[in-house]
Amino acid sequence: MSELKKYKELALGGNIEKGGTAVDFKTGDWRSSRPVYNPENCIQCLFCWVYCPDSAVILKDGKVAGFNLEHCKGCGICAHECPGKKKVKAIVMEEEVK
Amino acid sequence: MQKIILAKTGNEAMALAMKQVNPDVVAAYPITPATEIVQIFSQYVADGEVKTEFVAVESEHSAMSACIGSCAAGARTMTGTSSQGLALMYEMIYIAAGLRLPIVMADVNRALSAPINIHCDHSDSMGCRDAGWVHIFSENAQEAYDSMIQAVRIAEHKDVRLPVMVTTDGFIISHGMERIDTLPDAEVQNFIGKYDPLMHLLDVKKPFTIGAINLTDYYFEHRRAMVDAQNNSLKVIKEVGAEFGKKFDTGYGLIEKYQLDDAEVAIVALGSTCGTAKVVIDQLRAKGVKAGLLKIRVFRPFPTEEIAKALENIKTVAVLDRSDSVGGFGGPVFTEIRSALYGSAKRPQIAGFVYGLGGREIDMEQIEGLFMDLKAGKVKADSVSYLGVRE
Amino acid sequence: MANLKELAARGDKFTGGHRACAGCGASIVARQALLAAGDKPVVVTCATGCLEVVSTIFPYTAWDVPFIHSAFENSAATISGVEAAYKSLHRQGTVKEDIRFLAFGGDGGTYDIGLQALSGAMERGHNMLYICYDNQAYMNTGIQRSSATPRGSSTTTSPNGKKIPGKIQFRKNLTEIMAAHGIPYVAQSVVGNWSDFTKKVEKALAKGGPAFIAVLQPCRLGWGYPPELTAELGRLAVETNFWPLYEVEDGRYKLNATPKERKPIGEWMFQQERFRHLKKPEHQSIIDDIQKDIDARWEQLNKKCSL
Ligand SMILES: Cc1ncc(C[n+]2csc(CCOP(=O)(O)OP(=O)(O)O)c2C)c(N)n1
Ligand code: SF4
Ligand code: SF4
Ligand code: SF4
Ligand SMILES: [Mg+2]
Repeated sequence: MSELKKYKELALGGNIEKGGTAVDFKTGDWRSSRPVYNPENCIQCLFCWVYCPDSAVILKDGKVAGFNLEHCKGCGICAHECPGKKKVKAIVMEEEVK
Repeated sequence: MQKIILAKTGNEAMALAMKQVNPDVVAAYPITPATEIVQIFSQYVADGEVKTEFVAVESEHSAMSACIGSCAAGARTMTGTSSQGLALMYEMIYIAAGLRLPIVMADVNRALSAPINIHCDHSDSMGCRDAGWVHIFSENAQEAYDSMIQAVRIAEHKDVRLPVMVTTDGFIISHGMERIDTLPDAEVQNFIGKYDPLMHLLDVKKPFTIGAINLTDYYFEHRRAMVDAQNNSLKVIKEVGAEFGKKFDTGYGLIEKYQLDDAEVAIVALGSTCGTAKVVIDQLRAKGVKAGLLKIRVFRPFPTEEIAKALENIKTVAVLDRSDSVGGFGGPVFTEIRSALYGSAKRPQIAGFVYGLGGREIDMEQIEGLFMDLKAGKVKADSVSYLGVRE
Repeated sequence: MANLKELAARGDKFTGGHRACAGCGASIVARQALLAAGDKPVVVTCATGCLEVVSTIFPYTAWDVPFIHSAFENSAATISGVEAAYKSLHRQGTVKEDIRFLAFGGDGGTYDIGLQALSGAMERGHNMLYICYDNQAYMNTGIQRSSATPRGSSTTTSPNGKKIPGKIQFRKNLTEIMAAHGIPYVAQSVVGNWSDFTKKVEKALAKGGPAFIAVLQPCRLGWGYPPELTAELGRLAVETNFWPLYEVEDGRYKLNATPKERKPIGEWMFQQERFRHLKKPEHQSIIDDIQKDIDARWEQLNKKCSL
């Protein structure tokens, strides 16, 4: 968290002067379990990506490349939606060890 | 510069000022006695006399909401309302100010229900005096016209960026026909200049968020910034009023002193009552009574110092309030002035009079009576009375 | 209409780092809507409610588009002001881009307190898409009933008690009310069918004029289910005919999905805490009532779609 600003340092009307600043806020520590990706079982259907509520499935060149664990809250939707290959999922949830 | 003399009601004068400002967007809803402003403006739109996009909303709440959206999108935005309409907007009035959107609104002062009543008092605009808007009262249609034009400059000034409301007394000014001096369109446009929104929503390449939720860590700071803006506006209102005077002969300040400097007894008032009081004062002065008036033009920001100074040499002052703060000690003008005077080494005796609620007329005899009572020492200091009610 | 690869190429305009519950369906709605809108500039507003609160906690915003929030009941009025500004400034030549306008509101902000502002904006014909993310209660203030809350649901203001087993009334059919406005595009969609939803958003925005989409949005907290089921519970609502996917384009009704076999409503309800009390045998009649209502509404809808 950045240092709290004094009132004269703030933008007019409480505007947040840039878009998408929430990326700087980490929600990863909310997680009690984390998604683990196994590319071998992945058919690149991108369901995990499109249903992630936290924009935390990372794509590279249009393909799944892992998770942004600074934002991933461990909801498990990606794993649940994952069809995988021959009924073997490409994402499984594993308990977070703290 | 040649002024154009016209016969106009207050509503017509305000609508004309809006036409000459030629705002990008107007969103408004009809209500007596402000309806005509909306109607006349709609006709300007229908006749293609303005470039304005007119949004005929389904309520005043939506009127102010649409004004907020429009102003945040970089459009010069105006509206008009009265009484119940302003009350319905109340939530959005605070938001417009908090988001620092320079919307200009005409409010035709009318009593608030219940009982329902369509006539003048100031309870509607006084009800949102703490919202962060600049409040300018008008003595007559001329002032309403002039102030609507100045309001645009004040609201949009970079040190202010607050919404401004210009009010007239319902029916008394709004429907009273007057001879007024108006300006050519081009002069109005030159005077107000171009609106430069610092950021706006249609600048799609620079996305930003307006109206974010603040938790305990930032809300206070954002409200604190509004206090500075209100304070800055004291200077800006005077500058704009003086420039208006230099260009168009009639200057404006925060307050107006009428026969006040050597007065022994004085009243303080807002709006059309000041006109009546001036006539009474002239008559009394002819009889040798040293009567005077302090007219408050700008109620927000409250010109505390100027008022304290203006009243310091008066013996007794009666403050006239056309609205009451029920359950408080006197109306809002009385409490503000009493508080403004508290720190002065020299201060007059002061009493509050609530009058004219729901359009109850105040006539010259009553005002004269008040002056005579003040002079005779019959007015009890630090008391609040109700003038013109059957008790 | 964009496929997943194309949507992915557009990039997210609703970012991570917002504070919604893990597995929140509302953030899926926002994210997918912006992906669908993504190839044209868009200005967005959102009514007060979960979505707005979790996404704009100062100084963090999840919106990477121009975004305004003003209040709870007025997101349609707010966006209509933005759109009016656009019309004016575009006409005057000071704004050149071709911009779309998008408003979000929860069921509380849409079915209840914001219905008037929405109706007004639709009647006036603003060029805007209004998306109601319908999680069937006031979630942000702690799960109170709304007129979108289904019969039987236990909320904090329609709690299951000794005398009254949850909400007594059936839900209001807002989609039909919006269709009655005669606007160019009205549709129902759901979290859990990305293709249906993103297509509808693209279509609504491309059509121009006022458009309305109601999206059923499972809420893991208010409905009471494990977070990974969010998309699945959306689909199940469709498979039970509780929430048919359909659209009304220029007055013509069209069903977008017909379940092969209508699943009994219990299959959907009993995965959710809010209906758990209805499992008791003495409440079977309520379930029967609900099932009857669903079947009747489905039949009515099918009639409209076959016209
Ligand atoms: C005028 C007003 N009344 C009440 C509230 C309190 N309030 C804020 S959000 C909300 C409920 C929102 O419910 P909904 O629209 O369904 O959105 P959700 O939180 O479920 O996403 C309420 C009652 C408010 N902010 N403003
Ligand atoms: S667990 Fe949830 S938040 Fe994390 S990547 Fe999967 S869907 Fe996204
Ligand atoms: S859902 Fe599963 S199979 Fe599909 S892309 Fe994601 S990981 Fe691969
Ligand atoms: S309460 Fe429901 S709608 Fe609100 S953030 Fe949590 S899951 Fe999302
Ligand atoms: Mg809700």
